[in-house]
Amino acid sequence: MKVRVFVSLKNGVLDPQGRAIHHAIEGLGIHGVQDVRAGKMIELEVDASVTDAQLEEMAAKLLTNTVIENYRIERVQP
Amino acid sequence: MSFRSAVITFPGSNCDRDMADALEKVSGTAPHRVWHGDAALPDGLDFIALPGGFSYGDYLRSGAMAARSPIMQAVIAAAGKGVPVLGVCNGFQVLTEAGLLPGALMRNAGIRFVCREVKLKVENTQSLFTAGYNAGQEIVIPVAHHDGNYFADAETLDRLEGEGRVAFRYAESVNGSARDIAGVLNGAGNVLGMMPHPERVIEPAHGGTDGRALFESAVRGLVGA
Repeated sequence: MKVRVFVSLKNGVLDPQGRAIHHAIEGLGIHGVQDVRAGKMIELEVDASVTDAQLEEMAAKLLTNTVIENYRIERVQP
Repeated sequence: MSFRSAVITFPGSNCDRDMADALEKVSGTAPHRVWHGDAALPDGLDFIALPGGFSYGDYLRSGAMAARSPIMQAVIAAAGKGVPVLGVCNGFQVLTEAGLLPGALMRNAGIRFVCREVKLKVENTQSLFTAGYNAGQEIVIPVAHHDGNYFADAETLDRLEGEGRVAFRYAESVNGSARDIAGVLNGAGNVLGMMPHPERVIEPAHGGTDGRALFESAVRGLVGA
C-alpha cells in the first residue's frame, strides 16, 4: 500500500523558497497569486502490517522536524 | 594531563580535518577520529566535536540523518553526563536535529549560500567555550552555509536570552536568524552549537586568530594549563 506524508512549514515560519517561487511565478506574467509556501511529499510503499501509530512515529521522529514543520499522512487506496 | 577529544566524521563531513587540526594545535594532543557508524566513543573523553560539512548530502533536512546515526546515540548519552560537545555549522544543525539544542536551522533568508567573514558579538563569557573572550567583544569568524537561519518560537528565544544561552550574535545581517543568533548553549552549558567556523581562524596563516580563544578556553577549563 502507498502512503503519502505531506510535509509543510508551520504558519509563521518564514519560507524564503516559497517567496522565490512566488517571484518567479510573477515573472511568468501570471498575477493574482497571493502567497506560495513550499513543502515536500514523501511517498512510502508499506506492508499492511505497518500501523497508523508507526506511520505517526516515522513522521514525527524523522520525516519532519516538528519545531518548524507540520505533517499530514494519507493512505492511498489502491 | 592530556586533553582527550574526539571529532566525529559523518559521510559528507568536510571540516573534520580542520577541527581535528585546531584541537591538536591548541591542546597538543591529537583527537580521536570517530566514524558515524561506530557504536561507542573512546573512554574518558574531555571534549566531543561535530564538524561542518554536508552530512548525508543534507538529505531530508540538514543534519537530520546524522542526528539519527549510531554514534549520535553515544554523543547524546555523553552530553547528558556533562561531556562538552561543540557543533559547528553542520554540527550545529545535527545538535538541533538530535534535540540537544532548541530550535532549527532553516534556509538562509536570502536563499543564497553565504561564504564570508562575519562580525560576531560574544554575548556570554561565562561558558566553558567562551570564557577566553571579553564581554561584548567583537570577533571576526568565517561562515559558509546555506541553512543557517536560526528559528525558534518567541517563548524559546526569550528563555534562551533570559538564561544567557545566546553565546554569539551576528553583528551584521547574515542569514535572517531570529534575533541575529549565531550560537546557542544548552541549559547545562556543556553543549554549544554555532554556525561560524572558529576552527578556520586559529593561526595567523589563516588570516585571523579570533577562533583560537574558543579552543583555548575549553582546554584550559577542562585540563588546566
